[in-house]
Amino acid sequence: MSVLPVSLERRHVLVIGAAWALPAAAQPADPVHDLEAAVRGFAGSAPVRQGRVTLDIAPLVDNGNTVPVSVTVDSPMTEQDHVQAIAVFNERNPQRDVASFVLTPRCGRARVDTRIRLATSQKLVAVARLSDGSVWSHTVDVVVTLAACIES
Amino acid sequence: MKRLVWVVLVGAGAAAAQPSGDPRRSGFDFMGAATQAMQADDMQNPGMLWVAEGAALWQRKEGRSDRSCADCHEAGAAPAMRGVAARYPAFDAPSRQPVNLQQRINLCRERRQHAAALPLESRELLSLESHVAHQSRGLSITPSTDERLRPFRALGQALYEQRIGQLHLSCRQCHDDHAGQRLGGSTLPQAHPTGYPVYRLEWQGLGSLQRRLRGCMTGVRAEPFPYGAQELVALELYLAARAGGMRIETPAVRP
Amino acid sequence: MARTLITAPRTARRGEVIEIRTLIAHAMETGLRVDAEGRKLPRDIIHRFTCRYGDELVFSAELFAAVAANPYIAFSTVATASGTLSLTWEGDNGFAHTETLALTVT
Repeated sequence: MSVLPVSLERRHVLVIGAAWALPAAAQPADPVHDLEAAVRGFAGSAPVRQGRVTLDIAPLVDNGNTVPVSVTVDSPMTEQDHVQAIAVFNERNPQRDVASFVLTPRCGRARVDTRIRLATSQKLVAVARLSDGSVWSHTVDVVVTLAACIES
Repeated sequence: MKRLVWVVLVGAGAAAAQPSGDPRRSGFDFMGAATQAMQADDMQNPGMLWVAEGAALWQRKEGRSDRSCADCHEAGAAPAMRGVAARYPAFDAPSRQPVNLQQRINLCRERRQHAAALPLESRELLSLESHVAHQSRGLSITPSTDERLRPFRALGQALYEQRIGQLHLSCRQCHDDHAGQRLGGSTLPQAHPTGYPVYRLEWQGLGSLQRRLRGCMTGVRAEPFPYGAQELVALELYLAARAGGMRIETPAVRP
Repeated sequence: MARTLITAPRTARRGEVIEIRTLIAHAMETGLRVDAEGRKLPRDIIHRFTCRYGDELVFSAELFAAVAANPYIAFSTVATASGTLSLTWEGDNGFAHTETLALTVT
């Protein structure tokens, strides 16, 4: 659909400038802040401190479709002192959430393993909320190599 | 979102350490530690989901014969099928051509169980194939020496060396001449079919060697042969001969 | 009936922390992919996993589309008394699957 008058069209003039913008891509405008917002949503009013949480993931992954990750929190997992919840957030996937876990003292150990999808190289954050209300996190940079050949 | 295919081969990637003797390496050696760990543990290997389903299908009665695989192969899948995948593709006399394991299973279904063939690359057929091939894990690929396979193996070799597609590449150029070097961010493996059917992370599922070959053909912008095509079986035959003596890993995990 | 692979000990000593590893076959369709005709494939994922030890909920997970296909979840629990562990996966389109494990605690 042209925005130029018909007479100009007949002279095959290039249409310069778009009268409308193309729909915005699905990428968030500000991925870093969205990630902060996601972590903030999990942490509530508690300050998010670095430490006690270890997000274990290969720094260079073979394929972003299936990336093994494990989150371990240094905690005795007793009734008085245990991890209540762990959440994992990403920076550049279509949405920030990856997975969240609810633990109880019945877990015995604060460690979860799973496999996730990473669309591209980005930061990954694991956040843990403890029974005393404190919140701890660990951020890792992951490099994702994309398959070189398109199959379909 | 399209990704560009880069044909520029950047430098020599770090190949696995090469002890003296056989220069051939399984694709396993080109993977990261996390992916290797996924393959090494049967309880973490997603391919084992298909092997487990295959074990259940092995017991299922089929067709007009109302017999299961187990009914004929009375000793059980493990002893009866051990070594079978190691020598496939094999020559099928009635049809006078080589067949791969999926085709062999379907021939059994039609001729012995009087049941309909399963669609090639279907979940059920992949499950049966992986269950049978898994029984050969740890054994060496032992290509059949049947003389009748010779012209088909020669066809497979010719196809392996033929440039195809818009990118005008042959299998040999990437997997023989430049194995160990990089294409984009990935290291080119040597293309030995040591663990098929494989759980491929790119597919997020399990697939056969023919699926992989078709994927490569699409990757160089060539029209892929259809599943079950004689050309694909010929390629499988040649690749098995080329990998003779290498250890079977089915079900392997690959990026 | 979804296919699953579960690793868990059948017996444990009282107080021992045991590891449970689970794998379930599921495509975890993100809802962002398109088919060959350009039509969006609708989202179809497992979004919840729970482990009950007897009647008590000891562990649960909320999964999003960023969890890989054929989800793998490993966690641990303390062996307290002999009983049944009940693992449940729930997802889109009414997906629900449960596996039960008998645990003998000595």
